[in-house]
Amino acid sequence: MTGTDIRNLILSAIALGICALLPLSGSGYWLSIGVTIAMFTVLATSWALFSGPTHYISLATAAFFGVGTYVTGLGFETLPFWSLIGIAGVIGAVLAALVGLATLRLSGVYFVIFTLGLAELVRQVITWFQNKSGQKGLYVLTDISEAGIYWMLLSLATAVFLTGWLIGRSRLGFALRIIGDDETVAVHSGINSALSKVLLFMVPGSVAAMTGAILAPRYVYIEPSLAFAPMLSFQVVIMALLGGAGRLWGPLVGVIPFTLLWESISSNFPQQTTLLLGVAFLIIVYALPRGFVGLLDDLRHRTRARMAEGVA
Amino acid sequence: MSNTVLSLRGVTKRFGGLVAVNAMDFDVTEHQVMGLIGPNGSGKSTTLNLISGALKVSGGEISLRGTPITALPAEQINRRGIARTFQLVRLLPSMSVLENVVAGAVFGHKRRWGQDARRHAETLLARVGLEGKGHLRVGQLTYIDTKRVELARVLASDPKLLLLDEWLAGLNPSELQIGITLIKSLRDEGRTIILVEHVMDAIRSLCDTCVVMASGTKIAQGTPQQVLSDPDVIRAYLGDDDV
Repeated sequence: MTGTDIRNLILSAIALGICALLPLSGSGYWLSIGVTIAMFTVLATSWALFSGPTHYISLATAAFFGVGTYVTGLGFETLPFWSLIGIAGVIGAVLAALVGLATLRLSGVYFVIFTLGLAELVRQVITWFQNKSGQKGLYVLTDISEAGIYWMLLSLATAVFLTGWLIGRSRLGFALRIIGDDETVAVHSGINSALSKVLLFMVPGSVAAMTGAILAPRYVYIEPSLAFAPMLSFQVVIMALLGGAGRLWGPLVGVIPFTLLWESISSNFPQQTTLLLGVAFLIIVYALPRGFVGLLDDLRHRTRARMAEGVA
Repeated sequence: MSNTVLSLRGVTKRFGGLVAVNAMDFDVTEHQVMGLIGPNGSGKSTTLNLISGALKVSGGEISLRGTPITALPAEQINRRGIARTFQLVRLLPSMSVLENVVAGAVFGHKRRWGQDARRHAETLLARVGLEGKGHLRVGQLTYIDTKRVELARVLASDPKLLLLDEWLAGLNPSELQIGITLIKSLRDEGRTIILVEHVMDAIRSLCDTCVVMASGTKIAQGTPQQVLSDPDVIRAYLGDDDV
């Protein structure tokens, strides 16, 4: 570890400590926003771990998330809550591996469509299953408080950042960057690209399922249309791209402003949220193709170039 | 022969009804530089793609030091010691020059990691004439320097066999001399190389032996002097009237 690494680690630990104090503020409103921000930080950061380097846009977040909520919904009465999070993580990873094996050989567009279809498929299967058994949804009545959910999400976020940091320094992370730049070069440099992609795709799959498992008690009542809402997948993509999927901390930069913006849009324009989401998406793609992180990099380059000119 | 590095036996590639490579046979021995030449569309690059695993053979067998590699995926072939460059230079645009070379050192035949891989990559950058340019982005390089980076990347895995696909194509006359000198220095190191090439000067000065292809078939094999005076070869390049 270099000096910069240690400094970043200490700064992150302090930031985390401050974030962990939020529930003590006593404000239910800010705690609820905090939960949403923590949730999207976890989802968008883990999403970018895979999609950042590979440029494969996955819309499967809702599928994994929904599976996680159902793990809690079906198991909370018989198993301890922490074990449900673990089970959700394993199921999410296995599901991601299966999806990855089936689709990651496909080129970009087909992969996007398939992942979008996956959430719908799982939702339909569960709906069909529930209709057969005569229920509409599941009640998740636990004594887990909003603050408890917040702290669990914060721990998960810490785990995601540490995982991302480790992957970034690993051979796997380097392999993924090469694959994202040029897959032909990757395979002719000895990289098993299919295996590398599947392995890394399991990370967001597992994390999204764990996030769903943690959040299920917040919903109290879950049903397929809520648990597998495709909107979630799109929100995650937009937030990650807004921040910048090329850096580990990039999505976080997108999550915070977007969550606050989303809060005010959905409370002031409840009928037009989807429309405004679409507009936001267009603006990001056209104006900020590499997100806030890319914008910062450009500014830094420009300032440096101007300073160099000044010297010359 | 015990010092045979690569051998092709009856290697055939069909694309539907088109036979791009037809029953190719040849051996490459250790420390040999073999030129794979022939007119455009004669199947040279396809042969290179079959050896490197970019394409799957339709028939025949390719073996590396006696072990068949015919059915292996490209990454396995690379790990066993065959590394290639591409006809149109392929670099990794988001990475620095140094990282481009490290990419060749980490996953291939001889695997290195961390400081070891970086040092190795720096040595190779100096080896191909790019000392001190490791920090540059690949977009900032001249054309010949992009070719040098690609060469350093394939050298980084210490391959047993190097496949150079028209590495000298597109260079201007003075760059061409630099390029030929560079490849010659690889030959002097005792590397085993197959080069697909159109530049006759390079073929004469670099190759120990040549295989000439036309319409997917081997039409001649021998030293550059032998094959370039072969009437079949002249006919293949220039047409019947000029023989």
